[in-house]
Amino acid sequence: MTRPTAPPAPRHTGRRHVVLIGHGMVGQRFLETLVALPGAAGLRITVLAEEPRPAYDRVHLTSWFSGTSADELKLCPPGFVAEHGIDLRLGDPATAIDRAARTVTTASGAAFGYDTLVLATGSYPFVPPVPGTDAAGCHVYRTLDDVAAIRADASGARVGAVVGGGLLGLEAAGALRAMGLETHVVEFAPRLMALQVDEGGGDLLRRKVEDLGVRVHTGVGTRAVLADDAGRVRAMALSDGGELAADLVVFSAGVRPRDQLARECGLPVGQRGGIVVDGECRTRDPRVHAIGECALTSDGRVHGLVAPGYAMAETAARAVAGGEPAPFTGADTSTELKLLGVDVASFGDAHGATEGARDVLYSDGRSGVYRKLVIGGDGALLGGVLVGDTGSYGVLRPLAAAGRPLDTAPGQLVLPAGLAPASGPVELPDDAVVCSCHNVTTGRIRAAVADDGCTSVPEVKKCTKAGTGCGSCVKVLGTVVDGELASRGVSVDDRLCEHFAHTRAELYDIVRVKGVATFSRLVEEHGTGEGCDVCKPVVASILASLAGGHILDGEQAALQDTNDHFLANLQRNGSYSVVPRVPGGEITPEGLITIGEIARDFGLYTKITGGQRIDMFGAAVDQLPAIWRRLVDAGFESGHAYGKALRTVKSCVGQAWCRYGVQDSAALAIELELRYRGLRSPHKLKSAVSGCARECAEAQGKDFGVIATSSGWNLYVGGNGGMAPRHADLLAQDLDHDTLVRIIDRFLMFYIRTADRLERTSTWLERIEGGLGHVRAVVVDDSLGICADLEELMARHVGAYEDEWAATLADPDRLRRFTSFVNAPGTPDPAVTFVTERGQIRPARAGEHGTPLPRPVLIGGDRVEVRTA
Amino acid sequence: MTMTTTSRGPRAALEQVEIHDGRRWHRVCELADLVPGRGAAVLLGTEQVAVFRDRSGTVYAVANRDPFSGAQVMSRGLLGSRGPVPTLASPMYKHVFDLRDGRCLDEDAAPDGSPAVLRVWPARRATAAVSVHTEGV
Repeated sequence: MTRPTAPPAPRHTGRRHVVLIGHGMVGQRFLETLVALPGAAGLRITVLAEEPRPAYDRVHLTSWFSGTSADELKLCPPGFVAEHGIDLRLGDPATAIDRAARTVTTASGAAFGYDTLVLATGSYPFVPPVPGTDAAGCHVYRTLDDVAAIRADASGARVGAVVGGGLLGLEAAGALRAMGLETHVVEFAPRLMALQVDEGGGDLLRRKVEDLGVRVHTGVGTRAVLADDAGRVRAMALSDGGELAADLVVFSAGVRPRDQLARECGLPVGQRGGIVVDGECRTRDPRVHAIGECALTSDGRVHGLVAPGYAMAETAARAVAGGEPAPFTGADTSTELKLLGVDVASFGDAHGATEGARDVLYSDGRSGVYRKLVIGGDGALLGGVLVGDTGSYGVLRPLAAAGRPLDTAPGQLVLPAGLAPASGPVELPDDAVVCSCHNVTTGRIRAAVADDGCTSVPEVKKCTKAGTGCGSCVKVLGTVVDGELASRGVSVDDRLCEHFAHTRAELYDIVRVKGVATFSRLVEEHGTGEGCDVCKPVVASILASLAGGHILDGEQAALQDTNDHFLANLQRNGSYSVVPRVPGGEITPEGLITIGEIARDFGLYTKITGGQRIDMFGAAVDQLPAIWRRLVDAGFESGHAYGKALRTVKSCVGQAWCRYGVQDSAALAIELELRYRGLRSPHKLKSAVSGCARECAEAQGKDFGVIATSSGWNLYVGGNGGMAPRHADLLAQDLDHDTLVRIIDRFLMFYIRTADRLERTSTWLERIEGGLGHVRAVVVDDSLGICADLEELMARHVGAYEDEWAATLADPDRLRRFTSFVNAPGTPDPAVTFVTERGQIRPARAGEHGTPLPRPVLIGGDRVEVRTA
Repeated sequence: MTMTTTSRGPRAALEQVEIHDGRRWHRVCELADLVPGRGAAVLLGTEQVAVFRDRSGTVYAVANRDPFSGAQVMSRGLLGSRGPVPTLASPMYKHVFDLRDGRCLDEDAAPDGSPAVLRVWPARRATAAVSVHTEGV
């Protein structure tokens, strides 16, 4: 349909032609909504995009710095464009609109006739009109290309200044800080995030941000950007007369609507910008719509958040396809986010602008929590500000949106979880919007359970789309779904298995309180049947973490999964792998040589693991003791790679060597690994220690991670890699060594006590009532008064630790288990065969002719010796 | 599947485990070699057999080969129960089998299309005095 010459006749194909200008988040949402509507079947759709790539997630742009790839940010599913016959023109922005001829011209000179035109041109970053902003080293923060340019530039820079202390500015500051730059934030308003938080919240936020090493300058403007002789920025001149040395500047002082195309074709725009639209997102010209950040909506505002943009996209799509009209009536401007590790949320009338509004306030400067609720004259919740602990945002925001008098005392709502008196969960009214991305109410969710037959959160998500946008409401969603299921008599089944009608946490308490020491007694008194491969390892783990003792002692031996039973990891052909502990990943050349010699002598395949140690594969059951003998004699011990237990505490090299390290991370990692080694838990535990904010040890992806600061250690918890990656939450900061260890002791024991089977700390944190705030109250502030108990349990674990390999080698009874065939000991399993690949063994596949490993022979006795056969 | 009713007494340590290959009984290990709830692998000619002893003392014998992975690992699985059925869970992918007839309770067929059934050998406990001697296996 490209005709660089004369404008085409708009209707010449007979199909109505919709042209969308802009393929950002809102544009993509418009397309998705449009093609799903029945009225869109006969439409021809063309999209004119400025950027060279299809729509991506701009809200999470900052995550690109921490490793999220451009691919992961993509919003346009592969095949979407082709499937719906959409003509997507990337890298060819629209440059002019001729409303009389109904054509759009692009930069390449192409012209497109339209029947309906939709403007989703978004906004551009505002750069203050001061001299020098074109110097090298000045950046904006809007697109993937922008952040790529910042990263490329940051490697040669030392000091970064961010102009603007709003959401985006603080995100940019966090990114600069993480790249190792000395970082300053310059904000014209008297406080950070002036739009969202009030003075009290702003003060606390400022302190928290400064604690993270970012310098904050409020109440000052930028007068000029000063460049050196080479034309590179060297400093900023400030409105207070001061000068701030900086060799990289990021402008994130707000955005302005991109309404130029509309202006130039004579469509009305607002005084301060924004294309004027009505409730159906139509401009003055009924054939032209405008949506998202470029539009000035009927409530007289330009909306800069994505949720209102999405709402406009849906409204416009319905208007274009002739569906049931759904006018855009303004939108929820609530925000919840984590800035530089600080949780901040604001919702509704956060500043108490409503007549007769009163504040209810909780402020704890010591633990860095600030919570303010705005209550109307009629007792309804109008809005609020939460800093430091946003756990209850998911409940409070819909309550505020529902706008009716509260059933719960505001004082109770404002207290952090753990301090508020226990009462039932807060009941949400049916018209409260739980998911604001998709505008799904509590009533709709309840109906999905009651009428549509959904019985789980994933089903409700699929049915209603709730929780599939930003995901911040998923926890509340779960509560509503469970509540509705329970009220309909559907029991939410959380029993461990058919043998125990208890959760793991309940069994833990039974074992602890009653002092049960055996599976037999537990299943006889509290369960039924013989047990299974689910409950037996769970009970084994509980007994191990409470009672201690060797995991192969007595009856416990019969409960362990095969990996725990043989203290090694089962591989696909029935052979095992062996991982000695290498605390903190620190190993001597002699140690490396020893491991190499053992692997060579036994013919094992070796691989470096992600946890900074060495895995040796291909050992038969009856070779394990001989391999351990060699390892133990050389000073190695079990690495518990086989157990639901602490795996490794990974570390960077730290201050001792690294130019940037501010603490000795390797020494701390070794200490922590030795302290918690062998600790049995509901699932495996991974940890790491980084020596500076560069985070080379990836501590924020671990169950518990520690990052050095210039004044101590920050402790992060609940991180995860693997299948469901999750960034860890900051639990406590700037801790001294002893406090850090004490809090980790408590955290781990609290997790072990309360988590479900195979529940990693990440899902546990998401699940337990009160979330991170509750865990912090329990393990930092001792709100339940159990910290002494938790510490005592950990002290017992540390005192009772023994190397499971050495203990097994010392016990002939246990050693008897490590035989290939009880009636033919010494005969290797003929089914375990290998072929050679890249100079090492691997299991032979079906149809491949493999050979058994040449093996050293065992000579009986209480000490296992090895000679090569 | 058979079991003896011999009560465990002072002579329990001398008790043997025997399995029947269709022709005669073979002594494969001592009862004391088996931890209650767990098993051990034995060789019967070239055949690998997994023998088990449950908490009540009943002994079982099934094929050692896990039909889902093809590895000879069933002897390293965990005993348990599902309703009234005594079960064995494979350590590889955790499929659960009925110890009495060897049938998999989770899936009917292995990935290669073969039926997901473990061969079952009759097994019993026997005291040294009454058992038939085998001439090596």
